[in-house]
Amino acid sequence: MQFIPQILFLFLLCVGVYLFSIRLIAIRRNILRGKSESLNDQPMERWKNLFLLALGQKKMFKNPIVAIFHLFIYLGFLIINIEMLEIVIDGLIGSHRVFFSIIPSIYTFLINVFEFLAFSVIVVCVFFLFRRNVIHIARFRSSDLIGWPKNDANFILVAEIILMMLFLNMNAADTLLQSRGVNDYSSTLTGNFIFSSYLHPLLNGYNNEILALIERASWWAHIIGVIAFLNYLPWSKHLHIILAFPNAYYKRLTPIGKFANMPTVQQEVLYAFQPELANQEITNAAPSTFGAKDVHDLSWKNILDAYSCTECGRCTAACPASQTGKLLSPRKIMMSTRDRAEEIGRVIDKKGKFDDDGRKLLFNHISEEELRACTTCNACVEDCPVSISPVDIIIQLRRYLIMEQSSAPNEWTMMFGNVENNFAPWKFSTEQRTKWIND
Amino acid sequence: MNVPILSDEIAKGNSPDVLFWVGCAGSFDQRAQSITKAFVSILNKVGINYAILGSEEMCTGDPVRRAGNEFMFQMMAYQNINLLNQYHVKKIVTACPHCFNTLKNEYPDLGGSYDVVHHSSFLQDLIDQGKIIIKEGGSFKGKKITYHDSCYLGRSNGIYEAPRKVIEALDAELVEMKRCKSNGLCCGAGGSQMFKEEEAGNTRINWARTEEAVASSAEVIAAACPFCNTMLTDGIKVKEKENEIKVLDIAELIAQSI
Repeated sequence: MQFIPQILFLFLLCVGVYLFSIRLIAIRRNILRGKSESLNDQPMERWKNLFLLALGQKKMFKNPIVAIFHLFIYLGFLIINIEMLEIVIDGLIGSHRVFFSIIPSIYTFLINVFEFLAFSVIVVCVFFLFRRNVIHIARFRSSDLIGWPKNDANFILVAEIILMMLFLNMNAADTLLQSRGVNDYSSTLTGNFIFSSYLHPLLNGYNNEILALIERASWWAHIIGVIAFLNYLPWSKHLHIILAFPNAYYKRLTPIGKFANMPTVQQEVLYAFQPELANQEITNAAPSTFGAKDVHDLSWKNILDAYSCTECGRCTAACPASQTGKLLSPRKIMMSTRDRAEEIGRVIDKKGKFDDDGRKLLFNHISEEELRACTTCNACVEDCPVSISPVDIIIQLRRYLIMEQSSAPNEWTMMFGNVENNFAPWKFSTEQRTKWIND
Repeated sequence: MNVPILSDEIAKGNSPDVLFWVGCAGSFDQRAQSITKAFVSILNKVGINYAILGSEEMCTGDPVRRAGNEFMFQMMAYQNINLLNQYHVKKIVTACPHCFNTLKNEYPDLGGSYDVVHHSSFLQDLIDQGKIIIKEGGSFKGKKITYHDSCYLGRSNGIYEAPRKVIEALDAELVEMKRCKSNGLCCGAGGSQMFKEEEAGNTRINWARTEEAVASSAEVIAAACPFCNTMLTDGIKVKEKENEIKVLDIAELIAQSI
């Protein structure tokens, strides 16, 4: 009988980790449906980006106040995981506060640090809920967040508050039982913890049995909540807490104004001018589509970008097109890319392979009008805390529109004609190039 | 105006140190032509051994590439690189950040590697070396000048300080707009927007940026890009501020002060 809680715990843990792994493997599959792109050069530079941008949250500090608030949640998440380790060991071997017997001298100090972080997380989450839902901040109010994205954000904040409260409640009930000399609890005399002791007056009215029940219920609810949260993560925008790291590592290291070369087009042009120099292998390869119409035409890094996005909207707030009321929102470009990757993933889950479902990233998720509004100013890329490039996706879709569909605004078609015939975007002859000298 | 053409110079047995890439805006656009002339007048005055390609120069392909027309970009790049390599060009200076970005960052993949500098860095170097000497009590002394960062110079290539150093050399008061440097707002011309009507919205990007420039209370808006210059000049006209605020390129600021 006494092993039942341990068996139950082991079962819950295994199911939680299993479901989480299955989901991560599916996301990895969805990402790797993108085209291959080698992003392994300059490992030192890449580790530096990982430490500065992901671990160090460098870009967040463009706005120091929000960055510090966010840092509390982040540190709370990272450091309270040490406490999770103890909870898991306790759950598996049936011990109670196993670390106390190993490191009694610093145990109380450690829990006090965790409690401080838990308290900070609650305060910051309440503030973030207020900021998101009450204060009018444009990037949290735009139409691309209506429905699930808005609920997702609020749900995460509420879940974090509940988890932290359960942790504090568990400690409060525990230390109260200790002080009353109740058997199972007085053997690990940790003494009171700073933050949870403020909950004692609320719990003092209960007798020992009820209090022990509250302590156990909080313990179980906390660990079940954590396992549930772990499984909610990869379905949510909150996945950035994991993917920010690989996304920073695989960030493109070329200047952001440099557009990726298209070797197939380069070889075709070379073939037209100097056929003897063209790379026959590339030229003779099966004709591929130019640019991207769907997510699997994009690079795997573009799809990783989409799964790393936490929909904070700093990109859209910085975008000149979004700010002047155009349809384009860089955040929505990322959300659409992820939605489409998920849509394809669901088809594969159902049929075992991808069958054309008659839908595409271009047109079904992202419209021509959105793509046309981009000035390629890279303000979105500059402001993204987790190294995402919406511009790169926009350009690949634009390439498809022009090269596969010949779909361009009239002015662009005229401009192309001028460049082709007069070697300038305006209708002037080459002889006129030096006219300014004598004017 | 005396402007050496590279093919003539080579025929005469000369080998200029630097090629001035004029760009299409600098060649054809009336407003940008005066930027070109201002820069050339500085080159002539300082005695730089330079030349331009003249009628042999072609669009770098920036606007067509940004619109999505990679074929046309590759065609322009191929022809330009062929010409530049044939002339053994080593160093290029240009007053256009779009040409600068394409020549510097995009041509190397296609076989065209040159030492490419933007005219803001070039002018800063000449000032630092003492080759450009600003007149005492020049026309911009003590004036409030704000600098509008071009996206392809700033965010794309990290050049924020050179144009500001040039302005400071004029003894002017450099005032920053609310959003500047890496946070600078685009003028609205990049990404080939210069060549089409803006998409539907509630205002125009260049009007929004002009409002920020006006709010800085500067008497001069300095730009380092012919497209930004056009967009902001248009914005100033719409705001009916032409009499109070001038939009000038940094080359024009220097040319008027030496």
